[in-house]
Amino acid sequence: MPQLPSPSFALSKHTLDNGLRVVLAPDRSAPVVGIAVLYDVGFRSEPEGRTGFAHLFEHLMFQGSAHLEKLEHFRYVQSSGGTFNGSTHPDYTDYFEALPANALERGLFLEADRMRSPRITEENLANQLEVVKNEIRVNVLNRPYGGFPWIYLPGVLFDTFANAHNGYGGFEDLENATVADAQDFFARFYTPANAVLAVAGDLDEDEALALIDKHFADIPSRPAPSRPSFAEPPLTQSRRSTHDDPHAPIPAVAVGWRVPDPHGAPDDYLGAVLLAELLTSGDASRLQRRLVQEEQLVTDVVTYLGEFGDPLDERDPTVFTLTAHFPDAGALDRILDAVDAELADLAQHGLADGELDRVRTRLGSELLRQLDAVLNRTLELAKFELVHGRAELVNELPALIAAVGEQDVRAAAVALSPDRRAVLELVAGGAR
Amino acid sequence: MTASPVPPLTEPRSPSELRLAERTTSTGLRVVAVRRPAVPLVELRLRIPFLSAEPGHPARADLLSDSILTGTADRDRAALAAAVQALGAGLDVGLDADRLQVSGNVLATELPELLGLISTVLDGAAYPDREVDTERSRLVERLTIARSRPGVVAAEALSSRMWGHHPYAVDLPQPEEVQQTAAAELREAHRRFVRPDGCVLVVVGDVDPERVLDQVEQSLGSWAGAGPAVDVPPLPTPVPRPLLVINRPGSVQSSLRMGRPALPRCDERYPALQLANMIFGGYFSSRWTENLREDKGYTYGPHSRLDHHSLGSVLSFDVEVATDVTAPAVLETYYELGRIATLPVTDREVEDVRQYAIGTLALSTATQAGLASTLASLAGVGLGAEWLVEHPRRLKEVTVADVSSAAADFFRPAALTSVVVGDAESITERLAGLVPVETQA
Repeated sequence: MPQLPSPSFALSKHTLDNGLRVVLAPDRSAPVVGIAVLYDVGFRSEPEGRTGFAHLFEHLMFQGSAHLEKLEHFRYVQSSGGTFNGSTHPDYTDYFEALPANALERGLFLEADRMRSPRITEENLANQLEVVKNEIRVNVLNRPYGGFPWIYLPGVLFDTFANAHNGYGGFEDLENATVADAQDFFARFYTPANAVLAVAGDLDEDEALALIDKHFADIPSRPAPSRPSFAEPPLTQSRRSTHDDPHAPIPAVAVGWRVPDPHGAPDDYLGAVLLAELLTSGDASRLQRRLVQEEQLVTDVVTYLGEFGDPLDERDPTVFTLTAHFPDAGALDRILDAVDAELADLAQHGLADGELDRVRTRLGSELLRQLDAVLNRTLELAKFELVHGRAELVNELPALIAAVGEQDVRAAAVALSPDRRAVLELVAGGAR
Repeated sequence: MTASPVPPLTEPRSPSELRLAERTTSTGLRVVAVRRPAVPLVELRLRIPFLSAEPGHPARADLLSDSILTGTADRDRAALAAAVQALGAGLDVGLDADRLQVSGNVLATELPELLGLISTVLDGAAYPDREVDTERSRLVERLTIARSRPGVVAAEALSSRMWGHHPYAVDLPQPEEVQQTAAAELREAHRRFVRPDGCVLVVVGDVDPERVLDQVEQSLGSWAGAGPAVDVPPLPTPVPRPLLVINRPGSVQSSLRMGRPALPRCDERYPALQLANMIFGGYFSSRWTENLREDKGYTYGPHSRLDHHSLGSVLSFDVEVATDVTAPAVLETYYELGRIATLPVTDREVEDVRQYAIGTLALSTATQAGLASTLASLAGVGLGAEWLVEHPRRLKEVTVADVSSAAADFFRPAALTSVVVGDAESITERLAGLVPVETQA
């Protein structure tokens, strides 16, 4: 088995007087930089009656700021030769740019300007409300399997509003959002002390720090909100529900299990991460072989941790999810039985020779591959610092994965028992 | 007036020159290897011409692409996948309008081993009957799922309307054709088409380029022969026709697709057309996006793009708009098309997209994967790595008049082929008040 190389990206961490945490990672191999600002608020923190608000607010952060008219943020990034975006996650919201290195200061200014004061107006809110509704139409309402399972499974698996609600939002809640809501949300959650700024790529550390100080240090300090625990214990009895999809031509299923706290029980958690790889990553994996190739019960099957497939994107609680599409609407119980049988086999008899090695090797090489693009690296650094308090994980993760043993994987398989799972069946209402 | 608080750009830094080696092997395979040691990995792209006008070819091509990794003379499907995974590697096979592409990535130290596994596939993919049966059923289901998406239906209709009976008219095979395709036909198609003469292999990563050329020659040496001569006629010129309305009852959005022939990357007017397209709808700060999304809120985002195929390039437009604003969105789209086709663009617009085009080319080729994909697609239309240096230079020389002239020639709304998929009952009458329409149930 090949030796898995560990990355050794240089990085340093700093905190400004207003509480903004900063991660710098110089790498001068290409004349490009990545800038990311992550705020410690995601859709789990939005209030009842305001589903989808964290995401709607993300849109408002692009609508102009202290010194910038509407449209100027986009134009300044792109006319510098760069790209931008933002996204809303369960536990955080990110804003980011990839830029030629000569636009570093400009990029820092743009992020600082909206951390200082975004331009939240009635007109911008009304416009972005329509844009977000169209985003939901194109990604959820007007397509087969739209939002499946991330919008619908949490409602079966979890009990509290924070974990169970639709993070994209219902149209009625979105339409009820006001400018005052947005101002309150900004004042409460978008404080420098509630954010991490990461900058990576072609930069000199001292120069970059001076520029960050110049643009961010005088943003007034406001306390970071205290974040409640959203933890929910594992289920003790299985749950089952259905979701009607008017466009889907064939049924699908999503099975979710609450999994160990990534912080409280990191070994158990990484065991579950490796288990997901063993089950469905590649044609040699257990469930691809059993469900797709041998028994031909499903057309595809995937397993993953984290709402959107990134296992280290969330704090407790997070989810182990299995999804599959299957042509025979009567086959669901056979599929679930086969999954149970495979997990039981793994728990009782362990792994085949070389099985864990090859999966760890591939996962380690995939992690390295994701770090090649400067923007991905920047986002990973910021995420590891914000969610786990440890940007260094960018270098440490491969070794942690290499240390996961067979016992950890077997324990993870034991934990995915039938009585702890939530099953959501997608009922296909579309034409075949 | 106070000075802008927005910091100016500092002196740009140039990327370092590529360390590249290139060779055409004795079997006719063109190999391009580039050193890019940022992470200890290697990316590879092998492009195999696969275009044909033979009846049943689209179904054979898709099923072959799905089945090629399901077993070789020595390894069954799971054993092959396990061997790839043990190298820290990934291997995928995909298909576009012109070719089959094998994409891989691997720990740099294991490149020779991955090349060896790829060689066993190119030389000895077995297409076991049982595996092909599995993949055939899966492909039929996937095609059904694809066609339940309105954007896929609209894109298929546009290709068909633009290209008539030409092979480019077919985006996806029909399920009935797939059902009738036997494993033996795949073995025959593999024997005829999967041949090195005329193929390009690009390898980018933490490697010594010269050594890679030797490794490839050694590993793929037994793979020989040439594919069949291309039997495909030139692309026809689309004839403008009314806007085609395809009914999707109850659709909460309408999917508009438009297209027309464009210029290839080697054309001297291409840089001007590229910039005109960005100004129109090719980036977020475009006129179309600022109007339809940021002013009107009709859509999550419109996009226009230039795609390059071996027989011709295409300028295309796509947008999904809320059902009740379909006609107003088409009106604004025609307004923006007419405006850019009849009035000059501005200096500021051209400067903005010039920087965007140069900057994003540098960003997209700053990774191993991005550089490998870009070099492979350039090679597919006969262009080499020097294009990455020469093209920014050409972009710098484009004038406002060049861009206005390209816009006048390529964005005239009357010359576009257009289709819309949506709830016909809600949208047709108002659309028919704007442009000639034709309906299809």
